[in-house]
Amino acid sequence: MSLAETAAAAAADPEEGARARARRIEAWARWTLPVAVLVLVILGWHLFVTLNRIPHYILPGPVRVAEVIVADWPVLWDGMLVTAKIALYALALAVLGGGGLAVLFSLSRWTEMSFFPYAVILQVTPVVAIAPLIKIAVDDAFTSALVCAWIVAFFPILSNTTMGLKSADHNLRDLYRIYGATRWQRLRYLELPSALPYFLTGLRIGGGLSLIGAVVAEFVIGTAGTGLGLASMIQEASYRLNIPRMFAALALIALLGVAIFMALTLLSHLLLRRWHESAVRREA
Amino acid sequence: MDAASLTAARPRLLTMTGVGKTFGGDVEALRGMSLEINEGDFISLLGPSGCGKSTALRLIAGLIHPTRGSIRWDRPKGEGDLGVVFQEPTLMPWATVEDNVWLPLRLRGRPRAAVRDDIMSALRLVGLEGFARAYPRELSGGMKMRVSIARAMVTRPRLILMDEPFAALDEITRFRLNDDLLAMKAEIGCTVVFVTHSVFESVFLSDRIIVMAARPGRVIRELAVDEPYPRDESFRTSAAYVAHCRAASEALHEAMGEAA
Repeated sequence: MSLAETAAAAAADPEEGARARARRIEAWARWTLPVAVLVLVILGWHLFVTLNRIPHYILPGPVRVAEVIVADWPVLWDGMLVTAKIALYALALAVLGGGGLAVLFSLSRWTEMSFFPYAVILQVTPVVAIAPLIKIAVDDAFTSALVCAWIVAFFPILSNTTMGLKSADHNLRDLYRIYGATRWQRLRYLELPSALPYFLTGLRIGGGLSLIGAVVAEFVIGTAGTGLGLASMIQEASYRLNIPRMFAALALIALLGVAIFMALTLLSHLLLRRWHESAVRREA
Repeated sequence: MDAASLTAARPRLLTMTGVGKTFGGDVEALRGMSLEINEGDFISLLGPSGCGKSTALRLIAGLIHPTRGSIRWDRPKGEGDLGVVFQEPTLMPWATVEDNVWLPLRLRGRPRAAVRDDIMSALRLVGLEGFARAYPRELSGGMKMRVSIARAMVTRPRLILMDEPFAALDEITRFRLNDDLLAMKAEIGCTVVFVTHSVFESVFLSDRIIVMAARPGRVIRELAVDEPYPRDESFRTSAAYVAHCRAASEALHEAMGEAA
């Protein structure tokens, strides 16, 4: 049905018209409601601070935090770049490591049996506990932070991709066998596309975790005066009782997390929208 | 007429001799199955669940190997000599219709541009030439099954194995597909082994019906449907059709009685 016909049908059918209106309102509310909540919270925060005359070294108001963000922008921006770099490099390495290892596991069950338990051990050991050891082993603070963030981010990608590679339809596997497909063809044409939705889910989890890993690593590793990114900045500001800057850095970390999540969600949508149930818009 | 002699004049395609399959050492799925498949045959394997008809199909496909007996192709099986249609359409959801049909040729290293004509003629055969660029999720159940059939036929195979392909479809769609399947078979001149649990479907489609019983899976009767092709709607209402259905039905009851 063409667009014009659809519109005409909607006009003719009151139920369809109401449904189209409801859809428009929902699309609009999806953005405006969260923004409205944000504005209300900031307003409430501002009123709470000003009406109670709370000193800024205990809880700075939003205006003060905004002022600090503007005034300290060069420092904060540098810090944000460092934190973003740790998180994104770690995520990229996690994709290579987790995805690559998953493919290796799918090619060889013996390899999977040998190494998967150690991947689990690496995952369940808290990164905070490993970080000091890494700091000793690796000289460069940036590299050791990267290693920490990578350890946290790679497991969800590994386990999701491993599961995805195994989830290919078994009748399709039979079909590939009947047509004499090579191992490589089966991987490329069947298992990798089947694993894509699982991999993307792992990637979104890994994206969030890589930032958490980066922040934790900066807290643990950045202590010896090796100032790194936003998280070390929070720590340093807390020593100096520069509470507004702590809030400013915190706001930027949250912003960074949201940006990573949205970028990965967009990527996932673009890759799956043609065929996967999770991304396909259904007719009501 | 004796069922085996009906098509015995045709060149032999494949011979199963005393084929048995036991899974895990104690589950006997199939016992002593002997079957001669001739070129151009339409053979139905009819029986209750657990009678080993799917096992027989997987054995012919070479996906599993017989515990006893042998399966021999008269001329050695070449690439693309075998097509398979499963109960589910079993399409790759990330690939368009034409890419799904391309698969058997792609796995033999044929670039899509070189086999475009083969793909399109297979789609024309199943009546979906206008849907080459569609994705499977955009198609109805019957259309998906047609794509699955086009994929099985794109290599112009000598033998097509179908495992209850229309069982999940509604009756109207199933009748249409039965009609069309006979037309497609006539056009590419292949042999079909068709697993079903529908008496009507087996009589309408086949020239030989192999009735099977369960526990252990085995052949108990072979029926001939010595009616000429092409068969159309008038065959479905003819006295001969009704008589064949009754015979097949009785054999099936016998098969189920023996199992109980």
